[in-house]
Amino acid sequence: MAITKTIDQYFDDLRSTRVWRSVFRSGTGSSTLHRALAIQQNVFLHLFSTKVRTRMLGFSATWYLGTLTLGTFLILVATGIPLMFYYHPSAPQAYADTKDLQFVVSSGLFLRNLHRWSAHAMVFLVFAHMFKVFYRGAYRTPREFNWVIGIVLLLITLLLSYTGYLLPWDQLAYWAITVGSNIASAVPVMGNKIHFMLLGGNAVNANALLRFYVLHCMILPLTAMFFVAIHFWRIRKDGGLYSHASEPATLRTNADSSDGTAKEAQ
Amino acid sequence: MADSKDFTAGIDSNAKKSPRRIVFITRRTSAQVKTDSEDQVQTFPEVLFRAAVAIMTLAVALVWISLVFNAPLEGLADPSHTPNPAKAPWYFLGLQEMLHYFPPVVAGVLVPGLVVFALIVIPYFKVNIEADGLFLKDRQKRLRIFYLIASGLSLFLLFFKVYAALFPTLIVAGVMLLAAQSSPQSSSALRRYLAARPLSYWVMTWFLFELVVLTAIGTFFRGPGWSWVWPWQGS
Repeated sequence: MAITKTIDQYFDDLRSTRVWRSVFRSGTGSSTLHRALAIQQNVFLHLFSTKVRTRMLGFSATWYLGTLTLGTFLILVATGIPLMFYYHPSAPQAYADTKDLQFVVSSGLFLRNLHRWSAHAMVFLVFAHMFKVFYRGAYRTPREFNWVIGIVLLLITLLLSYTGYLLPWDQLAYWAITVGSNIASAVPVMGNKIHFMLLGGNAVNANALLRFYVLHCMILPLTAMFFVAIHFWRIRKDGGLYSHASEPATLRTNADSSDGTAKEAQ
Repeated sequence: MADSKDFTAGIDSNAKKSPRRIVFITRRTSAQVKTDSEDQVQTFPEVLFRAAVAIMTLAVALVWISLVFNAPLEGLADPSHTPNPAKAPWYFLGLQEMLHYFPPVVAGVLVPGLVVFALIVIPYFKVNIEADGLFLKDRQKRLRIFYLIASGLSLFLLFFKVYAALFPTLIVAGVMLLAAQSSPQSSSALRRYLAARPLSYWVMTWFLFELVVLTAIGTFFRGPGWSWVWPWQGS
């Protein structure tokens, strides 16, 4: 009847081509089955469950803090890689590179700003996410271990931010890392050895800059991705996003019987 | 675990009988029992779309901030010139504030170590899982322990003149006293809420309060020689 195709039909045609089908395993169509397959048949998305409880989508349930933390991480990767193109991890060249980012490189100032503010936002959001999960009681059986992974991710986030703090090689960076790393010397018995290993010397110097650069750009992001993958996967394996009403009755507290709303109000 | 079993489990292999399965849910087990079937939505596209909107909103906000505010950049690193005060990144300023009062091995190693350990073990304590209101059971005994710990901690902080950490402690202890005097049948919603709060809630709230106060003091109220300055005094 209609001579012209709708945009949807063009998309359907595209998705039924041989090339498209060879790339995406889930096939075409918008049936519930295909929507489930779109998650389940995708190496990244299969970490998540195919269905989510409707009431966990409300803003008050999670404040989307975990999602937003992932968002900052993605922004940090997307801005961090271009920053690496303009940066040499050597003293004092690192400072000159940072100055160039500020005044010479096109949009360099914006890239660095976005990277820095997103890093602060990520640290804040990780803490906020932790406290929200705690007050929601979402660490309870069977989610204990995912809580522990979350603590590991909190520490990785702090280390990521801390190692990045040194890279501009300005006074702020140098002395913040000096103050922070001196704490390592206070560890009994091995304190000075740990301090030396961390910095590659007895004080913050060019070796420390290189070490922090490798940690910041390679080791810690990869470790973070590894644990983030487990963190997401465990949400699915442990029964989906935490919802108080779906827990076994034995795990519900007597707070429900006295005032059922108090628990939800958190 | 010493409960006497009020059931017997047997083996039956008559293939012609339709099987009857029984699940035994004993104490201390966490079988995933589906108590009620909730409304669910497909992750694709409903949840992914919402997540994308949330992340994009955040990205727009961060882009605006980045266009308006420039990241700080001071002079070239100079080991021979120490700024006063030399401050760690803001999320460590709570620790640095503690270092002002206690030796490094306590404030820099013991306290953060204990905090991380305490956070990790939270879900492994039954008292945190059951989450009963703190003062609802064994009231007298628990009140005595509470008085002992709260006054001991306050005196300790007073002795070392850690007023920054003392005030949050006293405020949380005060609210806990109010909770102890509240009952779940109270006509006030706040009283009912406080009465139902478990131990882990109070410990975590105290920790959060201390974290915020100490970090804020370290960030905004500390000047040369770690002396107290008001934020409007400048540096």
